Amino acid sequence: MATNTLTSTRGTLLRLATAGSVDDGKSTLVGRLLHDTKSVLSDQLAAVERVSRDRGLTAADLALLTDGLRAEREQGITIDVAYRYFATANRSFVLADCPGHVQYTRNTVTGSSTADVVVLLVDARKGVLEQTRRHLAVTALLRVPHVVVAVNKIDLVDFSEAVYDRVEAEVQAVARELGVVDAIAIPVSALDGDNVAVRSARTPWYSGPSLLELLEALPPSDDPANESFRLPVQLVIRPQGAARDEQHRDYRGYAGQVASGVVRVGDEVVALPSGRRTTVVGIDLGERTLDEAFAPQSVTLRLADEIDISRGDVIAAAVDAPEPTQDITAVLCWLGDVPLRPGQRLLLKHGSRTVQTAVRSLDGALDLDDLHTAPSEALSLNDIGLVTLRLASPVPVENYATSRRGGSFLLIDAHDGRTVAAGMVGATLPTGAPAPTRPEGDEAWEI
Amino acid sequence: MTTTTNVTTPTASPLASTGSAPSSLAAGDSDDRRLSHLDALEAEAILVIREMAGELERPALLFSGGKDSVVMLHLATKAFWPAPIPFPVLHVDTGHNFPEVLAYRDETVDRLGLRLVVASVQDYIDDGRLRERADGTRNPLQTMPLLDAINDHRFDGVFGGGRRDEEKARAKERIVSLRDEFGQWDPKNQRPELWNLFNPRHRPGEHVRVFPISNWTEVDIWRYIDREDIPLAPLYYAHEREVFQRDGMWLAVGPVSRPRDDEQTSTRLVRYRTVGDMSCTGAVESPARTNAEIVVEVAASTMTERGATRADDRISEAAMEDRKKEGYF
Ligand SMILES: Nc1nc2c(ncn2[C@@H]2O[C@H](COP(=O)(O)OP(=O)(O)OP(=O)(O)O)[C@@H](O)[C@H]2O)c(=O)[nH]1
Ligand SMILES: [Mg+2]
Repeated sequence: MATNTLTSTRGTLLRLATAGSVDDGKSTLVGRLLHDTKSVLSDQLAAVERVSRDRGLTAADLALLTDGLRAEREQGITIDVAYRYFATANRSFVLADCPGHVQYTRNTVTGSSTADVVVLLVDARKGVLEQTRRHLAVTALLRVPHVVVAVNKIDLVDFSEAVYDRVEAEVQAVARELGVVDAIAIPVSALDGDNVAVRSARTPWYSGPSLLELLEALPPSDDPANESFRLPVQLVIRPQGAARDEQHRDYRGYAGQVASGVVRVGDEVVALPSGRRTTVVGIDLGERTLDEAFAPQSVTLRLADEIDISRGDVIAAAVDAPEPTQDITAVLCWLGDVPLRPGQRLLLKHGSRTVQTAVRSLDGALDLDDLHTAPSEALSLNDIGLVTLRLASPVPVENYATSRRGGSFLLIDAHDGRTVAAGMVGATLPTGAPAPTRPEGDEAWEI
Repeated sequence: MTTTTNVTTPTASPLASTGSAPSSLAAGDSDDRRLSHLDALEAEAILVIREMAGELERPALLFSGGKDSVVMLHLATKAFWPAPIPFPVLHVDTGHNFPEVLAYRDETVDRLGLRLVVASVQDYIDDGRLRERADGTRNPLQTMPLLDAINDHRFDGVFGGGRRDEEKARAKERIVSLRDEFGQWDPKNQRPELWNLFNPRHRPGEHVRVFPISNWTEVDIWRYIDREDIPLAPLYYAHEREVFQRDGMWLAVGPVSRPRDDEQTSTRLVRYRTVGDMSCTGAVESPARTNAEIVVEVAASTMTERGATRADDRISEAAMEDRKKEGYF
């Protein structure tokens, strides 16, 4: 497979999320990355310098660039995700700086669920901690396409190669057990900037790229346009008498975002769960008419036949439409304050459809200490577990491994509306069996 | 179609390796079908607007006539085209608005055939429910009329044009963000927001704020205005105006922003980067008269838009967070 060069990533967007235990340096790293790429505007920097001075610090605390809440600044920790945007000449980035504290794991799951790359920080003095394992497990489960391990605070271990090697080996072992076989490690000092934007002379034994060089070269995520066509219908657009233009009185279109694949005028499609077939006769994006639409465009489809389709249905390619089902197995990241128990009833939101569901069984929970799956009576806040669900009506779910969009769902508490779990259809948990080695045909790296 | 097929096919490897999922052959020829950054932002915003229109009973869209709300409104017209926008727009009028922005607001409402709801800060001051602040700014005074309007009209969701790049508290905001029965935001206990599945469910009395352009930066906004040729209020473009300098900002000479004795007035070529309450919104010196010139200017700017133009954010380090916690936009 071709090596990845900068030209292949030009103009693409990379979404990055940080992970790792509390105080391992995530916010400092994000601040350093923004600072060293000249992405911090003068008034923002001045504000951070002012606050740092008021606290008696001699240098600007760059973590304050993302730790913007009062409570975060009081406690010196990150509580919720901060989103920051920057661009280099080559690429644009969305940085999601996530919290490390176990209490705020749901926010870290939030930040990583849309990430193309997770940068997992590990304090070189401390190595792998429980939150390191939890975040790695979440990253693996969410199938975040790339994982970078930043072995941070290398300045506090005298830039020691031996310490770095030991910590890297420890992280990689955990990563492999969780199925992450291609994590890339870098020794960094977020505080001083070593190997962040530019390579450091203080780590002469390290010959790899700086974090920024690596991020600029990471291949873009798999293009969902290469999967099969699916469009969850969000709205049926029928202006009737309200049409702003008389010619659209009889307009009837199905509005939604192309979740995956490509659809062209003339394509045969099927509405799910009804299974009725028809043909696409028109594709609209606002006033513009398109010949084809692809993920992730938000469009409106016009169809040849007036079949019954409403919000929540999925329009799919007729050739390989998923089979709607009422029974699924899935892995959950439980994010609710009240534990999940078998028999419980909840709402499940998949695409634009929300249905009732009952938890048939809890088939095990991940033990973060030894990374195997153990029987469990309940899933508590931040637990990861395997469940079997029964749905009140059929939903065309897909396997999360083949389609992030088609295989992801929310569980919602019907009483107060809270989102209590992130669900991944068909995912499995480690059994404690030997970890797989690097798969064949994986992309080679050259920077 | 039958209902019991189990589509789950557990894979052999634990948690499965990260990396490429096998792609279907049905559409395998699409190597260069990548949306531009701007198109991807547009698609995300339309997704959010439609999803909330589908989930909520009575949403409204905050429309001030400012550039961000104009872009949001433009995205809403695309989301429902060729049907009209199926909800009203809401403006919290501080009574200190630029007259050209109010004129622009009314024109736009007419052009798009929208229903406009106005909540007036002046009414609250006139009947004593609110008192003018010593510093004269009315931005923080908007919260009460806003929350009352949400209550009176039983809005269960309000679209706002807030962007995460504007300010550090806004950088923490969810796209769909819960407000309790007092309209308060609790930044320490936000609902998880996973993938692009949005959940606005809430208990009676609560509501959600929805920010479809969360991920847009100021320069994205201008590139989009330029590309889509969206008309804006004229004060966004360079024009001559009588101004005076205060706290490093150029304030317009007007009924609510009068120069003090030691403040010199002069006529300068300026434009506005943000449009808010006249008493605390500053202009920037600029020769940019077209969208394309503004894109260049904004991309090269060394100050954030609020840093350059908003006195109300200078009240304290956490001014925006404090206002947002109380229910501000
Ligand atoms: N010496 C040294 N100190 C560092 C480095 N990176 C971070 N720190 C310090 O470690 C402390 C924690 O840094 P943060 O960036 O706030 O850590 P965090 O991972 O964001 O913490 P949470 O978000 O609360 O989980 C701060 O005092 C930093 O200055 C580093 O590379 N070297
Ligand atoms: Mg942090």
